[in-house]
Amino acid sequence: MSKERLLTCIVCPRGCQMRVLLSDEGKVESVEGNFCKRGVTYANDECTNPKRTVTSTVRCKSGEVVSVKTDRTVPKGMMFEVMAEINGTVAEDNLKIGDVIIENVCNTGANVVATSNTK
Amino acid sequence: MKKDLVIIGGGPAGMAAAVAAYEAGVRDILILERDNALGGILRQCIHNGFGLHRFGEELTGPEYAYRYEKMVHELGIPYMLDTMVIEVSPDKVVTAMNRENGIFTIQAGAVILAMGCRERPKGALNIAGTRPAGIFTAGTAQKFVNMKGYMPGREVVILGSGDIGLIMARRMTLEGAKVKAVCELMPYSGGLARNIEQCLNDFNIPLRLSHTVVNIHGKDRLEGVTIARVDENRRPIKESEEYIPCDTLLLSCGLIPENELTKGAGIKLDRVTGGASVNGERETDIEGIFACGNVLHVHDLVDYVSEESAIAGRAAAKYIFGDSKKEISIALKTDGKVRYTVPQRLTEACDTSVYFRVADVYRDAKIVVRDGDRVIISKKKQRLAPAEMEKVELAKDVIESLSGGELTFSIEM
Repeated sequence: MSKERLLTCIVCPRGCQMRVLLSDEGKVESVEGNFCKRGVTYANDECTNPKRTVTSTVRCKSGEVVSVKTDRTVPKGMMFEVMAEINGTVAEDNLKIGDVIIENVCNTGANVVATSNTK
Repeated sequence: MKKDLVIIGGGPAGMAAAVAAYEAGVRDILILERDNALGGILRQCIHNGFGLHRFGEELTGPEYAYRYEKMVHELGIPYMLDTMVIEVSPDKVVTAMNRENGIFTIQAGAVILAMGCRERPKGALNIAGTRPAGIFTAGTAQKFVNMKGYMPGREVVILGSGDIGLIMARRMTLEGAKVKAVCELMPYSGGLARNIEQCLNDFNIPLRLSHTVVNIHGKDRLEGVTIARVDENRRPIKESEEYIPCDTLLLSCGLIPENELTKGAGIKLDRVTGGASVNGERETDIEGIFACGNVLHVHDLVDYVSEESAIAGRAAAKYIFGDSKKEISIALKTDGKVRYTVPQRLTEACDTSVYFRVADVYRDAKIVVRDGDRVIISKKKQRLAPAEMEKVELAKDVIESLSGGELTFSIEM
């Protein structure tokens, strides 16, 4: 008996409503309603190991606030751990977009990088 | 001072228009920006999801803005920051002011209006109760959290399910706040489906459709709100009232194009969009004054703002060089299910993207465009919703083949 799961794809603003059939072992058997193939990848990830990009801000030594993101997705269940590490960090000044602020955050393999330039 | 092209606003619309005008040959350009940096609202939109259409990759707001800021710098397009435009006259005299130059005027050859939009404020919502601290528009809270590093509160209720409200529900949650509910007056969400999923469902934040805030409690600081379900006429149902303790209420109840300057110039506005009425080149009813981005109509995606602003930028260049295309007298009409179209009028000999929004949620429907009685476009859609802007392409040869009169946009089941 396969199980059905309804998903809203978050890969792009189109937000496709997808119907996913899962085997008893939780493996994706089929995906319907996706407009492009990225929907299938998303459905597979979402049903086995859901992931998200985390975006936030870090305070610099000067007191300035700089926006940051994880440069790849991290496990959805680890978002708050990643946030705790980001909030426990004080960054150097003079940052440029792409500068690494935290390497391999929480052992996720993702770096936290600046997404804005400091003044 | 004289300038070939003055662009009012240095956000994504103004920058994209400037770059397109420069690429079309205009050199004497000036961007006037009220804030202390280019980038507009994108500077505080630190979440990702921008740029998939425009750059083929997923960027955060500041990164997207920087792509354009870099182009402006590399092309050497001049801009003035901390500069507020106070008037645009019908003959294209722009009056502005800043701390260095005082009040000054510029005679422009062409003007592009790119002032963006503003959030519907608390005063426009008529909510009963007290007026304590702790009530913010979602965008104000976004600026506090993302640019200043301040948290506006700990226990939050959000009224309205616009995208900024949804994004802030996630942002406040990640920063340790408890978002207790998002109330939406309408029976459907005002934001994108992906934002309901990744901003609310990911964190089990309840979306209360057909609900509104009916009372605000607290003297100095907000202590709680009373919410209630509404009937089909959007009137609150007394028996369904529910008290939610909270110290913060965020409002995400719609965006309004900021057209004070447009009105002052005597430019005709579209009552539905709240922006200027324009032709295919994004030219207003005053020759040589163009409008693009959220000041023209509120967009969901900055990628489409860039696309539209490039049209305005190229058209302004053509106007400056004296080879503008002529407007043709075909009116774009809507059936009510389609609420509006932008552009509202067509221009000869150019491929035209017509953007529009629908009035309600429609499933398994068709977008139909008719020239008189003749169907020229029929496009099936699984789902249409007011929160999602739609687009129909009218090719140049289709426009040339029109019999004249009216083009009607409708939704049919």
